Amino acid sequence: MTIVYDDPDGQTADEVPVRRIKFTINGHKKIAEVEPRLLLSHLIRRGLELTGTHMGCDTTNCGACTVLVDGRPVKSCTMLAVQADGHEISTVEGLATASELHPLQEGFKEEHGLQCGFCTPGMMMAAKALLDDNPDPTEEDVRWALSGNLCRCTGYQNIVKSVLWAAAKLRSE
Amino acid sequence: MFPSRFRYEAPRSLDEAISLLQYGGDYAKVLAGGQSLVPLMKLRFASPELVVDINNVPGLDYHRADPDGTLRIGALCRHVALERSDLLKTTQPTMAAAAPLIADPIVRNRGTLVGSLCHADPQGDWASVVLALGGSVVARGPRGTRTIPLADFVVGPFQNVLEPDEIAIEAAIPAARGIRSGGYLKLERRIGDFATVGVAVAIETSGDSVTRAGIGLTGVGGSTIAATAAAEALVGQPLTPDSIGQAADLAAQAARPRTDHRGSAEYKRHMVRTFVLRILSRADAAEERAA
Repeated sequence: MTIVYDDPDGQTADEVPVRRIKFTINGHKKIAEVEPRLLLSHLIRRGLELTGTHMGCDTTNCGACTVLVDGRPVKSCTMLAVQADGHEISTVEGLATASELHPLQEGFKEEHGLQCGFCTPGMMMAAKALLDDNPDPTEEDVRWALSGNLCRCTGYQNIVKSVLWAAAKLRSE
Repeated sequence: MFPSRFRYEAPRSLDEAISLLQYGGDYAKVLAGGQSLVPLMKLRFASPELVVDINNVPGLDYHRADPDGTLRIGALCRHVALERSDLLKTTQPTMAAAAPLIADPIVRNRGTLVGSLCHADPQGDWASVVLALGGSVVARGPRGTRTIPLADFVVGPFQNVLEPDEIAIEAAIPAARGIRSGGYLKLERRIGDFATVGVAVAIETSGDSVTRAGIGLTGVGGSTIAATAAAEALVGQPLTPDSIGQAADLAAQAARPRTDHRGSAEYKRHMVRTFVLRILSRADAAEERAA
């Protein structure tokens, strides 16, 4: 795995601080060398080439880059990649298996929970954390849990329906 | 966006963290939740040369009450832990009201109360709450530990009195001598936006009488405002519609809002008054129910 760093300051290669970190992503153990200023979102998208995690606002507002760190939703544009050392990361790619969609993915399909789809990975990861905690959420619980995720297509009604659909499916399994 | 280049250290003890800060001096920053610092670094408003990440220092993620009732919140206690805390729900009405209103649910998973106090954003919610409760920040450095009342800790927008080699290790809220009531109300355009106006009210009553009161204002001045005259007007008498109205007027006078895209100065001042009225009227009703 290679990450190429920008070099605006003309430092020698040895002067660039690099750290080696060990982490788990979607169940796979990884070791990476990262510059401390690399954001977790960049490690995921560029380093691991998992481009399902989207970067929307890049200013901690929109939640498109939401991933789970040790099961808790985190905005990956607002965490340093070095801070993933020793932790478990889950991204949207970890939801489906080779043969089956995750109930959340099915729910978004069944209830038309996406229009452009840009916010969807973040919505699904925030929803996954909710359903892991609370398998039988009310509509209000869902809206509250997703209140840190923005959808610019304003498709919130169907997103909420999709999560409730997934919750019902998961309970019946 | 990404931050400018920095050296990163993740010490495993406070002593180690403090020596790193001694070495880094003015060019070092402590990283806890990172929900304010990382965005600032990405925007290059902050460009520390050394980042001391304290997330691996064990034993800082607590919030607990001492035997004497003092509440202590460790430097790594996340907003989410306070939001879900039964201890806060039963003993700290103002804090319990504020916890779910901090930023948004995802940010609350990482951000910390102590970090928010250190960041000293005039629009930060916790500073008003801790100010209203008469709380302090406990700082540790090479010269030992000191406790700094929040009123002295925040000295301006994004400015606190920590020395470059000191770490804020916890916030302390003094024990109530009477029965605590109060609340926090926040006006925001949408969840996660900065507060247009926030008001924290914390009162203690013994018998009929208010024995201690504190009112903190968010987002209506160059830093967090203690509405001292408004709080003092409540002390020494029962909560009545008159005393509540007087406190609300004085709190509105203490506000120094500016007109911006979130609202006019006049509107913000009006909301300060309304929020004080609402919180205290509820506190009044709660006391009647208890009696």
